[in-house]
Amino acid sequence: MSKLGDDATTATRTLRTMWQIRRFEEAVDDLFARGLMHGTMHLSIGQEASATGTCFALRDDDAITSTHRGHGHCIAKGADLERMMAELLAKETGYCRGRGGSMHIADVATGNLGANGIVAGGIPIAAGAGLAYQLQGLDRVVVSFFGDGAANEGAFHEAVNLAAIWKLPVIFLCENNKYGMSFSTEKSFAIENIADRAVGYGIPGVTVDGNDVEAVNEVVAAAVERARNGEGPTLVESVTYRWKGHSKSDKNLYRTKEEISEWRDRDPIIRFERSVVERGVLDQAAIDAVRAQATEDIRTAVRAANAAPDARPDDLLEAVFAPATA
Amino acid sequence: MSKITLAKGLNAGLRKAMEDDPKVLVMGEDVGKLGGVFRITDGLQKDFGEDRVIDSPLAESGILGTAVGLAMRGYRPVCEIQFDGFVYPAYDQIVSQVAKIHFRSQGKVKMPIVIRIPFGGGIGAVEHHSESPEAQFAHTPGLKVVACSNPVDGYWMIQQAIKCDDPVVFLEPKRQYHADKAELDETRTLADADPLFSSRVVREGTDLTLLAYGPMVKTCLASAEAAAQDGQSIEVIDLRTLSPLDMGPVLASVRKTGRAVVTHEAHVNLGMGSEIAARITEECFYNLEAPVLRVGGFDTPYPPSRIEEEWLPDLDRVLDAVDRSLAY
Ligand SMILES: Cc1ncc(C[n+]2csc(CCOP(=O)(O)OP(=O)(O)O)c2C)c(N)n1
Ligand SMILES: [Mg+2]
Repeated sequence: MSKLGDDATTATRTLRTMWQIRRFEEAVDDLFARGLMHGTMHLSIGQEASATGTCFALRDDDAITSTHRGHGHCIAKGADLERMMAELLAKETGYCRGRGGSMHIADVATGNLGANGIVAGGIPIAAGAGLAYQLQGLDRVVVSFFGDGAANEGAFHEAVNLAAIWKLPVIFLCENNKYGMSFSTEKSFAIENIADRAVGYGIPGVTVDGNDVEAVNEVVAAAVERARNGEGPTLVESVTYRWKGHSKSDKNLYRTKEEISEWRDRDPIIRFERSVVERGVLDQAAIDAVRAQATEDIRTAVRAANAAPDARPDDLLEAVFAPATA
Repeated sequence: MSKITLAKGLNAGLRKAMEDDPKVLVMGEDVGKLGGVFRITDGLQKDFGEDRVIDSPLAESGILGTAVGLAMRGYRPVCEIQFDGFVYPAYDQIVSQVAKIHFRSQGKVKMPIVIRIPFGGGIGAVEHHSESPEAQFAHTPGLKVVACSNPVDGYWMIQQAIKCDDPVVFLEPKRQYHADKAELDETRTLADADPLFSSRVVREGTDLTLLAYGPMVKTCLASAEAAAQDGQSIEVIDLRTLSPLDMGPVLASVRKTGRAVVTHEAHVNLGMGSEIAARITEECFYNLEAPVLRVGGFDTPYPPSRIEEEWLPDLDRVLDAVDRSLAY
């Protein structure tokens, strides 16, 4: 099987997506800091390889469920940057007409069944979407992204067991970034690897370096193949780290500066760049061009989204229910 | 005497309750070193230790379920739910266990659990982070539900709730946490404080009774002040307790004014206002000059922050209802 960094086209696409995620979130961070964006947001800077490696193992007609920290999943699954940014800026042109915001983006057309403000909220939903594909005899799969913290909610256990006994085409993709808000995985788990939980449900569990985009991609691709073949779900633990605070207000009281800087040194994007340069797939000029392109992609998205009309309060009531049929 | 915020009042009240009774435990997500998302439990783990201020994994059902077991074995757990919208994974434990065990055991087992919930909007957050779920708890027999509106009440009410032998859903108006300060007289004792399950007239008036709790008390006081400029005399009552309701002061007020408007951030449909309007109508029918009116959030999920100011009942919406009532 070929890797994401084996040929120039795929390597460029991979790199551009990771840089788009990073630049998108830097822009969001900046807009919040300048009081131009409201609500709340959770940044996944440092976790770009996990989102990208995973989504790049999917077909366009596969689906994902995402989390409160979902910008990366959304972008990697093929979302339109301008509509995403518009959603975060509460604009009528946003994916959910600005009603959902950062934590509730859904782009059903590209198979993004939705980010979720409720931790673990998306996991059973993914099982349901998987059941739908199975019932229809489709060979499509669902990836459910969730965090280490989410793996301790009841919803996780119920959903994984359902998927296991019904052999659903679901990949449970746990992004273990070492913390659920302030609570470290050392304190919140009595096991070493979250993937070890798979044993209890009778499904395979794999732990992968979540900052290695190619490794993530390979592991997920294998799980996807299993799922497509009707062999059931896999629990994948992608070990990574969030550089930024949990959300906009976080003084990082629960972790050390050294730990943060250690993980910053393991930048998943730089790592992939180095690897493809070493392998002679892309040269430095090509890499600089990708980065510049991604930066421009985000600038364009911010500019267009800013110019769009604000979300209007007048027809809020109309969206609560489907148009009357009876 | 010291000037405190609501956050400080609650923190000091929790501290006092923990000092007074070694059986009082604090549990929840990030309540330890972080001191909770809103810093209400700030410093408690440092001073009382990890055995009494327990950081829990993300597991709301687990938090409330273990609180039941702890209560059965003599502890008085105070559970923090991080935001209103995250209480639902625990809803099953609260409604099916916490609320029913005293009745089920015919009083042999007490459930002295306090469930602290930061509630309401106005902080620029979104769905799940700005909701007002009080009616869903008040509707459940076996649960007591109270809402504080100011720093001093926060200090006393949290202590009283912890002393209560029944489960208390304790609602804290999150937008008030770090807002206004008030004087706390520490020389007073719990015995001097108004009883927990009592309402209070917070502004006297003769033309109309405005009823509020939690975050709307401030809005209603401001509305009464504005109405006074127009020569209208509005009485404002801080309900404080939602289950049981303390109707005494409400009925006495309505008998005097003949008019009532109930306000809350929660959706109007089957909100607390519905129950209160029904009771006023039953008890004061011949005193009423106008139907009891309700002011609340619209019947939609909580909107994004861009729109929330339009969604939340504010001074204008309250005054509009006041005018409609007075025009009858
Ligand atoms: C049911 C529920 N409980 C609590 C929260 C508040 N909350 C939001 S994110 C979060 C931490 C989640 O940790 P994890 O699943 O590891 O995801 P991460 O934030 O690390 O990406 C918490 C406690 C929530 N959104 N939903
Ligand atoms: Mg985490």
